[in-house]
Amino acid sequence: MARQKQFEYEGHYVDRTSKYRIKQTVLRVVYHLFTFVLAIVMLYPIIWMVFSSLKPTTEIFKTAAQLILPGQTTFENYVNGFRGFAGTSFSVFFKNSFIISALSTIGAVISSAVVAYGFARMNFKGKGFWFSCMLVAMMLPFQIIMIPQYLLFNTLGWVGTYLPLILPQWFGQGFLIFLNVQFIRGIPYDLDEAAMIDGCSVYGIFLRIIIPLIVPSLVTSAIFSFMWRWDDFMSALIFLNKPITYPVAYALKLFADPSASSDYGAMFAMSTLSLIPIFTIFLTMQRYLVEGIASTGIKG
Amino acid sequence: MKEKKVRERRHRTIGNQNVPGYLFIAPFIIGFSCFTIIPMLMSLYYSFTQYDIYNPPQWIGVQNYITMFTSDALFKKVFGVTFRYVIFAVPLRLAMALMIAMLLLRNTKLSGFYRAAYYLPSVIGASVAVALLWRRMWSKDGVVNLLMQAVGINSTVPWLGQESTAIWTLIILAVWQFGSSMLIFLSGLKQIPVALYESATIDGANGPQRFFKITLPMLTPTIFFNLINQLISGFMAFTQSYIITQGKPRNSTLFYAYYMYQNSFQFSKMGYGCALAWIMVLFVGLLTFVLFRTQKLWVYYETE
Repeated sequence: MARQKQFEYEGHYVDRTSKYRIKQTVLRVVYHLFTFVLAIVMLYPIIWMVFSSLKPTTEIFKTAAQLILPGQTTFENYVNGFRGFAGTSFSVFFKNSFIISALSTIGAVISSAVVAYGFARMNFKGKGFWFSCMLVAMMLPFQIIMIPQYLLFNTLGWVGTYLPLILPQWFGQGFLIFLNVQFIRGIPYDLDEAAMIDGCSVYGIFLRIIIPLIVPSLVTSAIFSFMWRWDDFMSALIFLNKPITYPVAYALKLFADPSASSDYGAMFAMSTLSLIPIFTIFLTMQRYLVEGIASTGIKG
Repeated sequence: MKEKKVRERRHRTIGNQNVPGYLFIAPFIIGFSCFTIIPMLMSLYYSFTQYDIYNPPQWIGVQNYITMFTSDALFKKVFGVTFRYVIFAVPLRLAMALMIAMLLLRNTKLSGFYRAAYYLPSVIGASVAVALLWRRMWSKDGVVNLLMQAVGINSTVPWLGQESTAIWTLIILAVWQFGSSMLIFLSGLKQIPVALYESATIDGANGPQRFFKITLPMLTPTIFFNLINQLISGFMAFTQSYIITQGKPRNSTLFYAYYMYQNSFQFSKMGYGCALAWIMVLFVGLLTFVLFRTQKLWVYYETE
């Protein structure tokens, strides 16, 4: 009875014949078959890389069409890769990446929340103008300003240090400001007013009311920022010049240099390792990422 | 109406907040001025000079721009290559994202897995690791050819080695990363009122009709915003060209941003690099402007 009702409700003719049910089952199987196979095709390059990193490096291309070589699974690529380049081990590159990503993220999250509160809650002259500037900053690609930024930081003597990579992040990051503005606008204004009547200043409202309420969007900001900084290799390419200061993203590129011996096993092993932090964040924090993308409508 | 009332009330209770307002957005104003506006102005100045970093810049007027359009054959080539990449990669990626988003609208036990699987490539896609992997996958003895041989196609195509195919490996890499656009479409699709589809079905509309008359028009604001964002980042694509192909073969994959980088940092022609950057700013700015003007022809905004 319940089933029949459901069919009527969905606007279908009541048809409980076995033919109808078979058709539905076939449709469902075809749907899952198609979606599942396509998902595997999408993931295949990554799966292939991970499995290749576990093969002896001489076998990787001879047996590329095969995922697992029975009895030949080895971790030697990880050992070889971890030795790194020119006496600098990969642990140094990982440490550098963590320092850069963490310091940038802390700054970006704090400053973006502060700026977002100003845009979302304050009435001041010229707000529209600065908000448009923020949108421009969000859209403007780094590639456009990298040359003059290099010249600027070169004049200041900062090239070769982490300052050019970290400091700009401490002044608000366009996308994260936008994300937080959207979130703060969703908080009822009555809360601010109630606090104000109780004698709370705008700064107090920000610290005691807004901050605790926007924790989800702060987490989302932190995730995005960390992932972007972790993957960012352009600024390292331009602003850093000593191997001992390189982050993982840039160190991986050294595997591709013509002068480097082509140890593809080691390259895949280190590539796999470099994706682990991103992958872990993705698996554990997927909900925040999806919400962040959906609520701003902008790429992630 | 309600919004206006709230605003009036706010003005009465709080009045003007110029001081705290500017204090809160001060970090942005300082950062934007120091790291964007000043560099942009510097770049504008350098674009009229000959500058190799080691010697002071020499004013040469619009010579860089004249060189670009008259005697630099590579400039035209590079622009064409980048344009071709964008014109294929962006629409293909958006179409793919929309298709998969519609596929994933169906709620099943595996929905979570599917969403994660399709989204993952765009999370890690920008990394150097994936670029290196891509380079190996499409080489002559790479996994793509071997897989084709495994299913019986005798393929020994050097995908990265010939002009006709090299750019396509980069386009495929871009399309592969449709995940975040897909999520945006997915949330856009969920916001379309079911009632619209119901009444259309009662009026006898079939699947394609519902798609072209309801789904697509309702999604145009989302598509529009994504299009602009991806056009900008597409024209500035760098990593793919730099790591996977190094612009080879015969500059057929030399992207504009990579050419800018080469001029500034490898050939020490900072002035010329800045001029290239400004031409791209003007071009993308113009494109965005034109797209905004065409908005009312095809973007549908619900009037409240």
